Amino acid sequence: MNEHDHDHDHSHTPITNGHEPAAAERARALERLLVEKGVIGREDVREGIDWLVSRSPADGARIVARAWVDPTFKQRLLANARGAALELGLDPGPSRVVVAVENTEAVHHMVVCTLCSCYPKALLGPPPDWYKSLPYRSRAVSDPRGVLSEFGVRLEDDVEVRVLDSTADIRYLVIPRRPAGCETMSEEELAALVTRDSMIGVAEPAAPAPVAS
Amino acid sequence: MQRGVHDRGGSPTDAPIDRTEHELADWELLTDALVRALDRRDLVNVDELRRGIESMPRGEYERASYYERWLYSVETILTEKGVLARGELDARLGA
Amino acid sequence: MRYRPGQRVRVAARPHEGHHRTPGYVKGKICSVHRVHGPFTNPETRAYGMDGLPKQPLYLVGFAQHDVWPDYRGQGDDRIYVDLFEHWLEEAE
Repeated sequence: MNEHDHDHDHSHTPITNGHEPAAAERARALERLLVEKGVIGREDVREGIDWLVSRSPADGARIVARAWVDPTFKQRLLANARGAALELGLDPGPSRVVVAVENTEAVHHMVVCTLCSCYPKALLGPPPDWYKSLPYRSRAVSDPRGVLSEFGVRLEDDVEVRVLDSTADIRYLVIPRRPAGCETMSEEELAALVTRDSMIGVAEPAAPAPVAS
Repeated sequence: MQRGVHDRGGSPTDAPIDRTEHELADWELLTDALVRALDRRDLVNVDELRRGIESMPRGEYERASYYERWLYSVETILTEKGVLARGELDARLGA
Repeated sequence: MRYRPGQRVRVAARPHEGHHRTPGYVKGKICSVHRVHGPFTNPETRAYGMDGLPKQPLYLVGFAQHDVWPDYRGQGDDRIYVDLFEHWLEEAE
């Protein structure tokens, strides 16, 4: 019986169950085979991994924060989100068209891909597992208010819920509503409030920390 | 009208949405990068990738994880195109 | 581009063998054009090793949720938007 009641002055190696799916070795073997055949180069895969791990919701958050403070940027963003991302020096990803949709007091947007899991990963990082899951893909379109409620979003009855099902090459980004009480925050501080889930449309941004009196 | 295995909008489900997240495993990052590399070389485009995923038998599709589906599709498409010989990857794995 | 923003159209209900990106839940349903995206390569042919040309017109169309789901649990104004190709749309009566 190992009770962990001793002092933790040593580090524990992470607990792994040592059990990868069969797909893991299959993927590695496939890479080796394709590199051997000269179909791809090892550096191609390295570049792809580097790109993917460099992606995070911080890029999307910067776009939203800029839109909150600069109304003319917001208009450009709504007209052409790809161009607006490039303006900020961000990588909008391979989609030719990225569309930003704005939440207002009258309209709340939510994004899904029922057919697979299309997602603006250049601007938000890889999608969370739940976004790719069968229950989300099923219910986001048929019961969005039920899904929003599970995610903790409470909407007034008179708010129109608009679901966007990304069935083609267009990628959608939600501009959540700016929270109250952050009028004096800097753009950087605002960006820190913009969560990944708020840009998918299943959450509101974080509330600003109360100001100490 | 019969819907494809992938066509999930509105399909009946009582399953809750599990919000547990996991960091992508090394093999998943590898699979993602492999597909991007094959796309850049015009060997497997995104439409072919999706078509390959949609060809999975229903039970397999529903049990598979996201990147397991990608791997299945890539093998299917590359075998179809003769880039991989049928059974070549299995042989490599000693299966 | 055959259709204009605001125009009422219907999604074709035809069966389609093979890869296509029109979800089953909208087939046969009435919607209206919300955005005209312009021409995009055709996934239905590109999925089979062809080049997807000529490009096909793509639209963002919007549906009233109550028109899509007989037992929709939500507000009357709730809508759902889907990106669909022109060859899946027909003029609505």
